[in-house]
Amino acid sequence: MTTTTVSDNWFKRTTRSIHIPPVYIFLIIIFLVSGLLDQIYSDGQILSNPAIMLNIIVRSVALGIVAVGQTLVILGASIDLSVAFTISITAVMSSYIMQGDTAKVPIAIPAVFGIGLVIGLANGLIITKLKVNPFIATLGVSLIIKGIINGTFSNYTGSVPESFEFFGYGKLGSIPVSIIIMLLVFLAGWFVLARTKFGSHLYGVGGNSEVARLSGVRTDRVLIGAHIICSMTAVLSGLFLVSQMRSGAPWVGPNGLYDLNSIATAVIGGTALSGGKGGVWGTLAGVLIFGILDTTFNQLGVNPYLKMILRGAIIVLAVASYTLRSKKEAA
Amino acid sequence: MANELDDTNIKQPEAIQPIMEVQNISKRFPGVVALDDVSLQFFPGETHAIVGENGAGKSTLMKIMSGAYTPDSGAIYLSGEKVSFSHPQQAQMKGVSIIYQEFNLLPERTVAHNIFLARESSRLGTLDLRKMNKEAVDVLKELGVEKMISPTALVSSLSVAQQQLVEIAKAISFKAKVLIMDEPTAALTYTEVNMLDDLVGRLKQKGMSIIFISHRLKEVFDIAEKITVLKDGKLIKTVNTKDVTPSDVVFLMVGRALDHYFPPLGTADDFGEVVMKVKDASNQMLTGISFELRKGEVLGVAGLQGSGRTELAQSLFGVEPFKSGTMELHGKAIAIKSPSRAIKNKMGFVTEDRKAEGIAPRQPIRDNMLLTVRSIQFLFGLILKDGIRKSRKLVPMLGEQVDIRTDSFDRETQFLSGGNQQKVVLAKWLASDADVFIFDEPTRGIDVESKAGIHDMIRALTKKGTAVLMISSELPEIIGMSDRVLVMTDHRIAGELPARSTEAEIMLMATGHISENKAEATATVGKE
Repeated sequence: MTTTTVSDNWFKRTTRSIHIPPVYIFLIIIFLVSGLLDQIYSDGQILSNPAIMLNIIVRSVALGIVAVGQTLVILGASIDLSVAFTISITAVMSSYIMQGDTAKVPIAIPAVFGIGLVIGLANGLIITKLKVNPFIATLGVSLIIKGIINGTFSNYTGSVPESFEFFGYGKLGSIPVSIIIMLLVFLAGWFVLARTKFGSHLYGVGGNSEVARLSGVRTDRVLIGAHIICSMTAVLSGLFLVSQMRSGAPWVGPNGLYDLNSIATAVIGGTALSGGKGGVWGTLAGVLIFGILDTTFNQLGVNPYLKMILRGAIIVLAVASYTLRSKKEAA
Repeated sequence: MANELDDTNIKQPEAIQPIMEVQNISKRFPGVVALDDVSLQFFPGETHAIVGENGAGKSTLMKIMSGAYTPDSGAIYLSGEKVSFSHPQQAQMKGVSIIYQEFNLLPERTVAHNIFLARESSRLGTLDLRKMNKEAVDVLKELGVEKMISPTALVSSLSVAQQQLVEIAKAISFKAKVLIMDEPTAALTYTEVNMLDDLVGRLKQKGMSIIFISHRLKEVFDIAEKITVLKDGKLIKTVNTKDVTPSDVVFLMVGRALDHYFPPLGTADDFGEVVMKVKDASNQMLTGISFELRKGEVLGVAGLQGSGRTELAQSLFGVEPFKSGTMELHGKAIAIKSPSRAIKNKMGFVTEDRKAEGIAPRQPIRDNMLLTVRSIQFLFGLILKDGIRKSRKLVPMLGEQVDIRTDSFDRETQFLSGGNQQKVVLAKWLASDADVFIFDEPTRGIDVESKAGIHDMIRALTKKGTAVLMISSELPEIIGMSDRVLVMTDHRIAGELPARSTEAEIMLMATGHISENKAEATATVGKE
């Protein structure tokens, strides 16, 4: 009776349950090509120096954390353009509240997560109850946040205490704390998607909202939940950035292009913009690809404008290769 | 199998109270009365078909019974107890499950995830996948298909028929007492329909009440014990299947006898020279395709699902071009590498999947009709003033030609009924002046009256000298319309049959029960 299940070997079963996407092949290729170019034209640090590898990952932490949240909302067939300014408001508010005082850290952290909760709730409610297209809804919220912080803060504001810099610079053994936190966020993202009712319902809402609704899924709640989680990941990214920068500035989010980059990494990782298909492990690969490209371009001293062009071309190529691939499979 | 069943559940329908009853149900939508004072009873162990033209109110009734709509007035009773559903989930929990016409599964999720969507086995919100998969197997076992479908398979990897089974499994997993099926057989082939037949028998024996909507009268008569006819939102009559004939039912549905279900076949005078000639054409989906299509004829293409019928249409039209072999149009060798090439060579293609490939649902009827004309005439997207003036005349003319009933051609196409949408598709191709038409399931999912209209139109095309290749999974349509029949099996053409061949002859060839030689012999007979 379970012949088909038995015939699937453990490898197949595991890969299916954690969804190892083809982007990992792409990641390895990018890594090897980058390493090779670095070997030929630069000092060959990428392949020979493990510290560089860790550095690449640390540079990817802020994007990685928020990309997990973005992946969730995209899986729900929504999108969140407000993450960049959510990161900004977190950075300025937390350093403003902390003012370099360790005693104020326990006030600042709940405060910024509270702000994240409000932003996520606003996004979710505008999308589900006012039925505004997610793109426009979150763009609107994003502009509102931008107006608030630009009207209030114009430059670096306050500072974080040294103890708080542990998040940005601390190490457990030889592994940076930030990497561990990012991996925990990915693990949590995977668990939520693959092993909880909420995750299962989110795939349903993204795959076909009407099917989910008719099956009894409370689609509005699921989508609002996903948006709240997404804003929370943006807050966590913001906290990481401010702990690295020591003081928050209103431009950290938009300058890092966290809105568009988080969407791009999710899509490169194989998450469908139309929702219902994908997962966080692909996004992790997408984030690492971005990190490797950045580091390689820096190593090779590529002109910053050329950098953008190359990055853009690689995004398009990667996504095009999946669509072509899946078309072939369908034929 | 019989001893698996709980004997106490087998009851005589007439002896007991109905499982479900609707009384004086009315439902209005802006501008229409969808249901007008409808009362019906459904008994356990009974299969009850609801028939009627599109817009008769069948789907509205089903949606009210399953909780997707609330009625404006009237009452619903379950086992004698008055109920009111404000959400489909409530109906499901009370044992009323529905399978909708459109597929309602998540293709990227597993079978188990689909069956138990919103009812996942879990502890504190954490899924118990092992238990879920086991329960999915239990449900599939109830249908006797646990060997065919694995609970961990992705739905997108299953065949259409298997997906339908998963939908049924999902429906009965609610411990359904009443199972409503909206056009369950629309996407199924002959053998698969037979399987559904067995399945319905099995569920009936368990005391379930099965209600289904279908446009295929043959299946209604095969499966149902009672038939209820709706027309314009009113209940016309409920009859016992054994007391009536299909034409009685058609009479009730349309309010008049259909004296000709199909227009007369073409005569020798109609047929002209060979318009399209394909020889030994192959690609990754088809092998060794050879046939000739003559002016003024309807060449039917029959075959089981997966035999390559649709692929043939797509290859001819350049969607998936042939890789080898030759093709001639009007005596000239030609390679159709893309649909736009096909359109330029005056081919028209009415697709099987109307929603996905035939119409742009949110565009006005006018723009849909002019799509092909524009695609070949206005290369740079510039619609000239002259074109606008011409289109002003062209659109009403086309509308009249295909008999579309609408108050305005600026209305969005999605608001038309299925039959009228299909007519828009047809108009689109008429506008392009095509002289070779490929129809893929021209009347799938549309009502009897529109069907007859489309059949008339196809025949009218051939009378004007157009050549028509008509693919259909409905054998009566193939037999009623075709001047010759090509039968496909296993991605090739198994043979050719003459006009008015019987269903049995076609099925025999389609299922490969006929030897190559004999098939060829029949093919030559057909040509004489």
